[in-house]
Amino acid sequence: MEELRKKAREALASGAAQVVLGYGKGSGKKARAVFIRKPDQADKLILDDSCVQNLAVYLKKPEVRALGKPAIVSRLPTMRALLQLASENQVAEKDLLVLGVSHDGKLLDLPEFKAMEDYVATAPLELTAEERAELDKIQKLSLDERWRYWQEQFAKCVKCYACRAACPLCYCANCLAECNQPQWLPVPSHQRGNLEWHIIRAMHLAGRCVSCGDCSRACPAGIPLHLLNRKLAEELFRNFKSRAGMSAKGEYALGVFKPEDKENFIK
Amino acid sequence: MAIDKKLLKKESLDQLFSRLKSSGRSILAPVNRGEQIFFEQVNSPGEMAKDYIQTTLSAKGAVFPRCEELFSYRFEAQEVKLEDRKSEPKPTVIFGLRPCDAASFAVLNSVFTWDYQDELFKSRLEKTAVIGLSCKKADEYCFCASVGGGPGETQGSDILLTELSSGNYLAEIVTDKGRDLAALAPELFGPAPAEDKEKNLAAVAKQFELKTLNAKLSQLFDKNQLWVEQSLRCLGCGACAFVCPACVCFDLQDEAGRKGGVRLRCWDSCGFSLFTLHTSGHNPRSVQSQRWRQRLMHKFAYMPERQNFVGCVGCGRCSRLCPADMNLIEHLKEIAENRE
Amino acid sequence: MTANLYKPYLMRIEKITEEAPGVRTFRLKFVNEDEGKNFSFQAGQFGLYSVFGEGESTFCIASSPTRQGYIECTFRQMGRVTTALARCEEGSVIGFRGPYGNIFPLPDWKGRNLLFVAGGIALPPLRCVIQNALDRRENFKDLTIIYGARTVADLVYKHELGEWSKRGDVKVITTVDPGGETPDWKGEVGFVPAVLEKAAPTSANTIALVCGPPIMIKLTLPVLAKLGFTPENIYSTLENRMKCGVGKCGRCNVGKLFVCKDGPVFTLAQLNTMPPEY
Repeated sequence: MEELRKKAREALASGAAQVVLGYGKGSGKKARAVFIRKPDQADKLILDDSCVQNLAVYLKKPEVRALGKPAIVSRLPTMRALLQLASENQVAEKDLLVLGVSHDGKLLDLPEFKAMEDYVATAPLELTAEERAELDKIQKLSLDERWRYWQEQFAKCVKCYACRAACPLCYCANCLAECNQPQWLPVPSHQRGNLEWHIIRAMHLAGRCVSCGDCSRACPAGIPLHLLNRKLAEELFRNFKSRAGMSAKGEYALGVFKPEDKENFIK
Repeated sequence: MAIDKKLLKKESLDQLFSRLKSSGRSILAPVNRGEQIFFEQVNSPGEMAKDYIQTTLSAKGAVFPRCEELFSYRFEAQEVKLEDRKSEPKPTVIFGLRPCDAASFAVLNSVFTWDYQDELFKSRLEKTAVIGLSCKKADEYCFCASVGGGPGETQGSDILLTELSSGNYLAEIVTDKGRDLAALAPELFGPAPAEDKEKNLAAVAKQFELKTLNAKLSQLFDKNQLWVEQSLRCLGCGACAFVCPACVCFDLQDEAGRKGGVRLRCWDSCGFSLFTLHTSGHNPRSVQSQRWRQRLMHKFAYMPERQNFVGCVGCGRCSRLCPADMNLIEHLKEIAENRE
Repeated sequence: MTANLYKPYLMRIEKITEEAPGVRTFRLKFVNEDEGKNFSFQAGQFGLYSVFGEGESTFCIASSPTRQGYIECTFRQMGRVTTALARCEEGSVIGFRGPYGNIFPLPDWKGRNLLFVAGGIALPPLRCVIQNALDRRENFKDLTIIYGARTVADLVYKHELGEWSKRGDVKVITTVDPGGETPDWKGEVGFVPAVLEKAAPTSANTIALVCGPPIMIKLTLPVLAKLGFTPENIYSTLENRMKCGVGKCGRCNVGKLFVCKDGPVFTLAQLNTMPPEY
């Protein structure tokens, strides 16, 4: 933690960054995002197990961008998000500083995106044993049972869009859900509308989701949305051998045609 | 109307529920669903969640549903036929509502009966009775005492139950509706216990003076820097508005096919940028800091002034559930204590 | 008003007038004649007009309450609902909820001069007052209308402007922006604020009603001040995104005031006390 604070102080004092986007003490047992602008405020930064929010999400806010060049405290999911955003031309290497931290809280030296790519390559986006068990539990259900499970989950959805707001990869300035010509998705929270929203969001994130889990954490109704995104991530890997957040120059599997792509869906 | 104090034994709850049900009422009560607690239809007290401070979603859906049909329409050649909704609200008892939530119905009512009478809301409210449950425990997010409420306040409940040290309940029968409910099972309501209600209530300290907050807020509209700083970490989702028992902003949406359709009313949030977006593309509240300001001003300045109600009951759900840990009470205190 | 606050009256489109590119006027009659007989409103009020299946859109009632048996609205095709309205034909049935909002206090203006300054698609909110004043001409002294649009084609109520000009008891000055004139254009060429300054109507005993795009209002107000108009005597209307129209859905507020309840008519004196949230 002290290393991180020192690095933050230096970055602000030298003008290498105008704002340090990191974690501070929140209410209860939570951490919260803090936006440090003065070197002497760097002591507000903390780094512990409560620091789980994917801070890359704040890059989509104009008020945050207006603060100047950010130095972002980045755990692995944030690094993956930054690389995925870079591969989608949403962030440029020169426009931010990455204060990478390892899973055990050590400050990493990541002077440029290449170094971040190398680090991320050491921990590829695979499911942990627990995560696989979670998915398998649903996989083992029959189609009917799976349908019923998700209908029950979606019945809790109030369409607050916290999942969308918390996701760094949901950065569309005009979300599809907000379009009314045509009204692609119903607005109210009802059975069909909730189902359609979550399916569309999962599809739009397929191959792009970096599995930070913030969608499920943000959901006030406790819907395990991360399962949908993880499932699709696994499907994409199975079919195209691609994973999100590996490279700033990554290709989006669903946006690229390669001659060797299987066409076994054409019957 | 004087409050009748009675004793309701814990073991009587089964009987009470079954009398309520046989009188044609449905019962909504807090039910565990994984780590969350929601208000759902129950048949017996055994299904209820126990030992919790507050539910995840509020019970406002009972009087102001997430999605409600306003009327339906049929297309017949060039003509249109309109029809009122077919189903009438069922008489409902909400059991186990905390005093903060019970007080919120009056806040909702102040909006729905402001000059124009919303008969849909009124008919639901009229058919809803509240058997509230005082709070023995509170957490750091509760601030009912700061907005004119308290862990044992009777306002909004038709009957308020307070759990005593014996495990039985002090039952305060507050309203005529409450008297009607008690009359369904008069033998279950015994003479008032001697035990002091206060010592069975959580301690919730007042954290700011509403009048001070109100006076300060009215000076702060133009202080953009304050609003930007307070809302930097806000993600602009609708979670706070949707879990809030006193939030009432809504949207109207048509859903139709070739033969006809419905006009629906559904929850909306002033936190969304779409909320005030004009078709021309102009948006009077185009950035989150303006929308955060609107949330605070509406609840703590405009509503008190126009409708004589604070738009907040201090339940703390917004702060417990905010994905960005905005924590409303911190911001309110910052404003109330502002020395400028 | 129906018992269900949100259920509209059914209205038949009796006549459609193409006013300008993308701008239409509908003349509407109540499908249920009894509802029509019991209906009344005052100048300044607005309504929510439905296309069933698409939604509602908010427009002022652009005709005068002195004209019985119908109401009119004028709108520009812009979004989902107005596009659906633009597809309607004469004989189609749409919905109408209203009248909502506050009024132009015409009874207070007896014996005074009225000055109308409008731009583009913003003439409709004033047209109800103009028609009302003309129908009760003896109640008012001098009537002056200064109206401009970008181009000749964009002027709305062209036919009526012609009729008003011919009356002789109302002064009508129409203008188009420089470059917007056609070879046979006989009116003024210049922006509305400049034309207003040149016309220099008296401010003594006069009420000014101003409606237009924000830029026009911004440049017109100083001219009115220069001519001696005080904020209490300058009236305008505000527009904001609306859904319920009755002060419940929470979205049209400007500070503590709701455009649907406390407006849409505001004096400049009031606007000066309101936060810049529109």
